[in-house]
Amino acid sequence: MWEYAPAPESRDIANLKPSYKMFVDGKFVEGTGEPLKTINPATEEVLAEVSTASQSDVDIAVKAARRAYDRVWSKMPGSERAKYIYRIARQIQERGRELAVLESLDNGKPIKESRDVDVPTAASHFFYHAGWADKLGYAGYGPDPKPLGVAGQVIPWNFPLLMAAWKIAPALACGNTVVLKPAETTPLTALVLADIIQQCDLPPGVVNIIPGAGDVGAALVGHADVDKVAFTGSTDVGKVIQGQLAGTSKKLTLELGGKAANIVFDDAPLDQAVEGIVNGIFFNQGHVCCAGSRLLVQESIADELVEKLHARVSTLRVGDPLDKNTDVGAINSREQLAKIKELTESAEAEGATRWTSSCPLPDKGFFFAPTVFSGVSQAMRIAREEIFGPVLSVLTFRTPEEAVAKANNTPYGLSAGVWTEKGSRILWMAQRMRAGVVWSNTFNRFDPTAPFGGYQESGFGREGGRTGLEAYLDV
Amino acid sequence: MAAPTTLPSALADATRDESSLRRFLHGLPGVDQVGVEQRAAGLGTRSIKKASKLHAIDLAISMVDLTTLEGADTHGKVRSLAAKAKRPDPDRPDVPKVAAVCVYPDMVKTAADDLVGTGINVASVATAFPSGRSTMDIKLADTRFAVEQGASEVDMVIDRGAFLSGRYGQVFEEIVKIKEACGDAHLKVILETGELVTYDNVRRASWLALLAGGDFIKTSTGKVQPAATLPVTHVMLQAVRDWKDQTGELRGVKPAGGIRTTKDAIKYLVAVHEVAGPEWLDPNLFRFGASTLLNDLLMQRRTQLDGHYSGPDYVTVD
Repeated sequence: MWEYAPAPESRDIANLKPSYKMFVDGKFVEGTGEPLKTINPATEEVLAEVSTASQSDVDIAVKAARRAYDRVWSKMPGSERAKYIYRIARQIQERGRELAVLESLDNGKPIKESRDVDVPTAASHFFYHAGWADKLGYAGYGPDPKPLGVAGQVIPWNFPLLMAAWKIAPALACGNTVVLKPAETTPLTALVLADIIQQCDLPPGVVNIIPGAGDVGAALVGHADVDKVAFTGSTDVGKVIQGQLAGTSKKLTLELGGKAANIVFDDAPLDQAVEGIVNGIFFNQGHVCCAGSRLLVQESIADELVEKLHARVSTLRVGDPLDKNTDVGAINSREQLAKIKELTESAEAEGATRWTSSCPLPDKGFFFAPTVFSGVSQAMRIAREEIFGPVLSVLTFRTPEEAVAKANNTPYGLSAGVWTEKGSRILWMAQRMRAGVVWSNTFNRFDPTAPFGGYQESGFGREGGRTGLEAYLDV
Repeated sequence: MAAPTTLPSALADATRDESSLRRFLHGLPGVDQVGVEQRAAGLGTRSIKKASKLHAIDLAISMVDLTTLEGADTHGKVRSLAAKAKRPDPDRPDVPKVAAVCVYPDMVKTAADDLVGTGINVASVATAFPSGRSTMDIKLADTRFAVEQGASEVDMVIDRGAFLSGRYGQVFEEIVKIKEACGDAHLKVILETGELVTYDNVRRASWLALLAGGDFIKTSTGKVQPAATLPVTHVMLQAVRDWKDQTGELRGVKPAGGIRTTKDAIKYLVAVHEVAGPEWLDPNLFRFGASTLLNDLLMQRRTQLDGHYSGPDYVTVD
């Protein structure tokens, strides 16, 4: 047997500090909220203490953003704004290793993902939107589209740095100023991004980052002087925000949960479909709103595909997120692990057949072995509720119509995958899928030029691409 | 057309006649280019360190088919290659010997005489290598000659012209006949993937060679660019894995040409480990067709043990 020796990335690269402060008006300041302790989900050790915002800190941050908007940022020519945004992008690349290691420590995702996906994609979002800053007149929203003002942004814990980039880059490019609240379990990389922003000499107040729990987010989105709210997170919280904002003039975009179908036809490139299914649900421990958590496979190839899938999933390496050979890292929090366990138990109780990889799991930390449920029906909770974990449900279909009907039979509609060698069928399916993104013969590919967003309870508004600019322009 | 071994009925049916063979090969699932290249690149980022690296280096050395296939080859060169095969690093007797020495048919006897009793195989290219452009009689004679001279392994080339124009039956028959001519010698079937171009073709040619009884499928002659690549090897490893799942038989894979560094070799071993499975990490089931790779493996092996780099002057050039 050939065992791979541990190949851990050095945690010193993360430059971890014992405490982190919030970033308001160009300075790092102590918040007056109760400080929070952020932990490493792979070891349960405390990484750092982070100061949080109180209601009055939210007000101070919004005021700073308003001042920066009125006095500097809204008046600055797009070509000048672009220089700052390019600078941020280059700094993210420059400090890529630091950000990647810190992200893996704080979030639990494997280093190969933070290194090869999160950090480079975050940089590319800044690069892409920097290019738009002086070309907004050509984006299709009139000759001189105006910014909205102060954007209040709340982001989740699954892609802490990348989501900050998705939110901040278009806002700045369009001329808005930002108050952003990172998730309470993963605030660290956003605060290093704040450090980068400070070193890039952005005018004080253009970007403010205020850690805290849900109450800080609620105060931020409810603040009277916020013109635009962007939220990525759970559908439950999204509904509350939508209710809170009803009747105000605030512009809102929501990117919420999903229960994506990955549909495999009998003529699909099978080995690559297996890869795509694995990437669809086990990427980032399944903590992906667009994860392909429902596999819909044509009945005639179901047994063969599931067999191949089990063999492939058995090779996934679960463990230390900092090990370069780890494929699946730690579940982000104890609460999330409990949710995943609860939902998998319900699936067993409802009669689905469970298969779990026999891979060894670490003794400490929050880990969940990759799991595949077959014999799942649409009526089971596991096929309806977002699981946000490394758990796949396998359903079968016989005709393309049935595949569409089952795929669309969900209150969500964020993403979908179609696997077939037949180009016409890909287009036929894509027209009928109620999903914001339809991947064909691939899954979970992200690019700043491609708009991303959902249908129905997966939210509204688009992020990325030309279409994504609309959310930050007064049009 | 007769299948050379007893196959499960579905596979035996595939070899019944030309049209069955065509239907079978065209019925294989396609290979998505973007997907297989992404997977190969992803697996290429595995980080193999310390004891696992040393193990990989020794394993790779034991899988090398030390090769010389030049018009300028001489008996003297083949003899020094045989000496190198026996003791790759003369200062370090614990270095494993290589799997085989691979030469042209007229050099087989020289190599075989020097390697008697060492357990190192003598592989010979045959069948009008590298183009395969000759008559069947000559290809058979070429093969018989190599075996008579003492080759225990034969590396044949397929007729790519016939394959690309869809005459699968002809390619199949050729492989079957050459396999017969090999007798007890192992047959490696060179697909020359650089001329097949698409991954779909590579998969079909792999299955064709397996159905016809090839013991190994081999990527390239080394005379055509591109030679071995990681994604092509992935497709071929998947084919032998699928073959095992359907028949229970283990067949081998040999990437050849263009693998020059330890780093590359380890990427291939990771692919063998994770695509085909750990049981293929065996010189009987995986080989590297290479000439310059061995010295890099030896230098990296010294580095692992000594803790510092030495240099090319500390390993022998032939």
